[in-house]
Amino acid sequence: MIARKYFSPVSKFISLCAVTLLSGCHSHMALLDPKGPIGAHEKSLIITSFTLMMIVVIPVFFLAFYLPWKYRASNKRAPYAPKWAHSTKIELLIWLVPALIIIVLSDVVWTSTHELSPFRPLASKKKPVNIEAVALDWKWLFIYPDQHIATVNHIEFPTGVPVNFRITSDTVMTSFFIPRLGSQIYAMAGMQTEDHLLADEPGVYTGLNSQFSGPGFSSMHFKAVATSREQFERWVARVKQTQTKLDLAALKQLEKPSEGDSATYYSDVVPHLFEHIIQKYMSANVTHKKTPA
Amino acid sequence: MLGKLTLSAIPYDNPIIMGAVAFSLLVAFGIAGAITYYGKWGYLWSEWLTSVDHKKIGVMYIILALVMLLRGFADAIMMRAQQAFSFGASHGYLPAEHFDQIFTAHGTIMIFFMAMPFLLGLMNVVVPLQIGARDVAFPALNSVSLWLTVVSAMLVMVSLGVGEFSQGGWTGYPPLTELHFSPGSGVDYWIWALQISGIGTTLTGLNFLITILKMRAPGMTLMRMPVFTWAALCTSILIIMAFPALTGTLAMLTLDRYAGMHFFTNAMGGNMMLYTNLLWVWGHPEVYILIIPAFGVFSEVVATFSGKRLFGYKSMVYATMAIAFLSFTVWLHHFFTMGAGPDVNAFFGITTMIIAVPTGVKVFNWLFTMYKGRVRFNQAMYWTIGFIVTFVIGGVSGVLLAIPGADFVFHNSEFLIAHFHNMLIPGALFGYFAGYTYWFPKAFGFRLNEKWGKRAFWAWLTGFYVAFMPLYVLGFMGMPRRLYHYSNPAWHPYLEVAAVGAVLVMLGIAFQVVQLIVSIKEREQTRDLTGDPWDGRTLEWAIASPAPFYNFAHIPQVQDLDALTDMKERQVIYKRPEKYEDIHMPKNTGVGFIMGVFAFLFGFAMVWHIWWLAIAGALAITGSIIARATTEDVDYYVPAAQVERTENERYRQLPSAAVYGGASEADDDTLVPAASA
Repeated sequence: MIARKYFSPVSKFISLCAVTLLSGCHSHMALLDPKGPIGAHEKSLIITSFTLMMIVVIPVFFLAFYLPWKYRASNKRAPYAPKWAHSTKIELLIWLVPALIIIVLSDVVWTSTHELSPFRPLASKKKPVNIEAVALDWKWLFIYPDQHIATVNHIEFPTGVPVNFRITSDTVMTSFFIPRLGSQIYAMAGMQTEDHLLADEPGVYTGLNSQFSGPGFSSMHFKAVATSREQFERWVARVKQTQTKLDLAALKQLEKPSEGDSATYYSDVVPHLFEHIIQKYMSANVTHKKTPA
Repeated sequence: MLGKLTLSAIPYDNPIIMGAVAFSLLVAFGIAGAITYYGKWGYLWSEWLTSVDHKKIGVMYIILALVMLLRGFADAIMMRAQQAFSFGASHGYLPAEHFDQIFTAHGTIMIFFMAMPFLLGLMNVVVPLQIGARDVAFPALNSVSLWLTVVSAMLVMVSLGVGEFSQGGWTGYPPLTELHFSPGSGVDYWIWALQISGIGTTLTGLNFLITILKMRAPGMTLMRMPVFTWAALCTSILIIMAFPALTGTLAMLTLDRYAGMHFFTNAMGGNMMLYTNLLWVWGHPEVYILIIPAFGVFSEVVATFSGKRLFGYKSMVYATMAIAFLSFTVWLHHFFTMGAGPDVNAFFGITTMIIAVPTGVKVFNWLFTMYKGRVRFNQAMYWTIGFIVTFVIGGVSGVLLAIPGADFVFHNSEFLIAHFHNMLIPGALFGYFAGYTYWFPKAFGFRLNEKWGKRAFWAWLTGFYVAFMPLYVLGFMGMPRRLYHYSNPAWHPYLEVAAVGAVLVMLGIAFQVVQLIVSIKEREQTRDLTGDPWDGRTLEWAIASPAPFYNFAHIPQVQDLDALTDMKERQVIYKRPEKYEDIHMPKNTGVGFIMGVFAFLFGFAMVWHIWWLAIAGALAITGSIIARATTEDVDYYVPAAQVERTENERYRQLPSAAVYGGASEADDDTLVPAASA
């Protein structure tokens, strides 16, 4: 019984791995089950590079077991050449084969890095949805500049439509990441970064901050909901009915550190709030984050 | 009078911390009591604390490393336990603030106060012996370096009971570590511990660079240097070039925190991206500072236990130098996600992958060294083979992380944690363990127990896989690093398994403790009377074990890369010289220890803003330097008669010790007839 109890996590783990690998079902593997083109591209990039590397890795594994076994001291039939320490052929091979793989991979890197740059807008005939994301202690504020609404820890957007994120931080350095959709990017105060994502399938995806940012870091995640265009329009309309406005005073409230905030909605936002949040760190007479009331 | 320090700095209310403090104090008082009981304070002072003997300094470095390994591992298992429990409704047993200190302490301790002292200790013990020197170029400076490192580790230990440790992660990214977000004493402890030990490390780098370049035995050209010495040379160069970047970065953060400046703050023109770049300009070479000496150990071990010259020595040297050079061209891969453009990201991705080529070459060179060899499965060889297999997996995940597009999803995740532990546990730590067992007889005169060593190896190896393979999977599940609590039920079983892995590693550490105790108990049976227990190939095995304090009675003449193998073949080893000469040696000095104490007081005073003590400490350090610089009485001669007595004692033992060609009294896999048999 004790042994059983002790090994239960191990056996659970083995069965989990087996299930995952055998069934090909990656439902928990966010990166292997992406829900958008960026994530899918990144997944295939990982798989391609992994496969290429196996050209070197498999022989190494084989040799690492075979050579010490074959040339074990007790095997007196194996040849022994204590002075043999150089072979131009082998040395050429061990420099050139890895080098060739790296050359191929370099090409993959160059192209994919340009294609996957988080700053690169996604090509689409559809009009993108713009969202401005602000990292706060320890929650995410989202502003929809076109719809004039704002939310905390919750975003919605239609599937099949590019979502353009402009990202900044109103606190320490954080990283904006929705694993199922792909690419993360840092959020830094006084600066703006961008992320361009798209969801193919409707669903509720977890978004998070992946960069440690203090005691409330663990709870700093949000829901990213991909829905149909109609659902999205309805959601915007509902948010607009909440009758709370995000002005500078409300922002000041939000800036206070808090954890586990539930989704909050603002029916209206003062114009250019996102720019304001960036600009306040540019001003020479502001030492730390202080929003003028 | 006491700056910011008040009684409230002591966390009385936290039973976990108070327990750790009580335990540490108990151990410290226990050791102090034992030293007093046996009346060994004088011996400790004159033979160890004031010693400038590179071997003793090396041993003290390694003792520090092993002690700090225990502390760093205690942090590790606490994290694993927290993440195994803190799921859903349960919040585990640690509050976030405490968990954050633990992972910061774990990283800081393992890198600066476990890995660094371990590799510097091995370099200290081995390098002068391998190059046929009697000490390092600057023996007193070497002692200063040691004590600066020791007192920095003590600062970290003190932070446990007085104040707190940093909650900013071991990389200390601002603005989180700026005064505004981290007003406590933790970041300051972190800064001063790194700053003081960093200066010690820089001095060691200079010391070994000069030692290796200037003090090699006649005949030992650069291309006849043993590979471990090459590794030590590369590491020294990296230390000299990289550590000033850390010193400067920390100095700027210090100015931000102490003098209200704005290097890295959010506002007033500060820029955190500057810190990130500067830190990794040091940080990436640092990875190679840790790993290159271990590569050197593996090269020595694999050649010795294959009974064969190292395959592709030149390739190995060029590969090591290439890695050292390239390590300065890749720092940006630590933050592909900070927003650099695709040209910059792709450039750094490619340079990073290029490092895989020389690293791969090394792996193949080790493998082909075994080809047509006679491989003896000594415990050092176990660590080596375990390393090769495991390290390759880490290499694969490393190349994946080097691809910016893949890093965009792996960055900051548990995949990254798995990757760098996959590099540093097999790559660095296993190498240090191999070196520890390999050179232990040279330092102490007897071998370490094989059986317990191999048990430790298996526990470590399986423990590593069980602890870190699940983290790779968790990375694919999108789990970020440094979470003290999570709600995703899919992650939970993997974290439970990882905790089991940590328990297995604990078992490995316990076996190593047992190994040490058993080995000391049975030392009479495992004495190394020849000075060459493994049929070694390099100069350190030409002299007695433990090495006499002057190392070489006569400086050897080197004619070949494998200097000792060559001497054995030419039958010129173990020949009693005609006569002995006086040997010029450095005198012991307390200056290193005393400067260490002052540096500790200075660091502690700076943490707590006790300005008078900080000024006094700084003045005392300056005074010590001046006092040492103006002393003429720094060396002496060992009379030839004393050398002769010591050497005669050794030659008296040799016949009974089954020197090469004779029968072996040890078991098969530890001693075989040497080449000339």
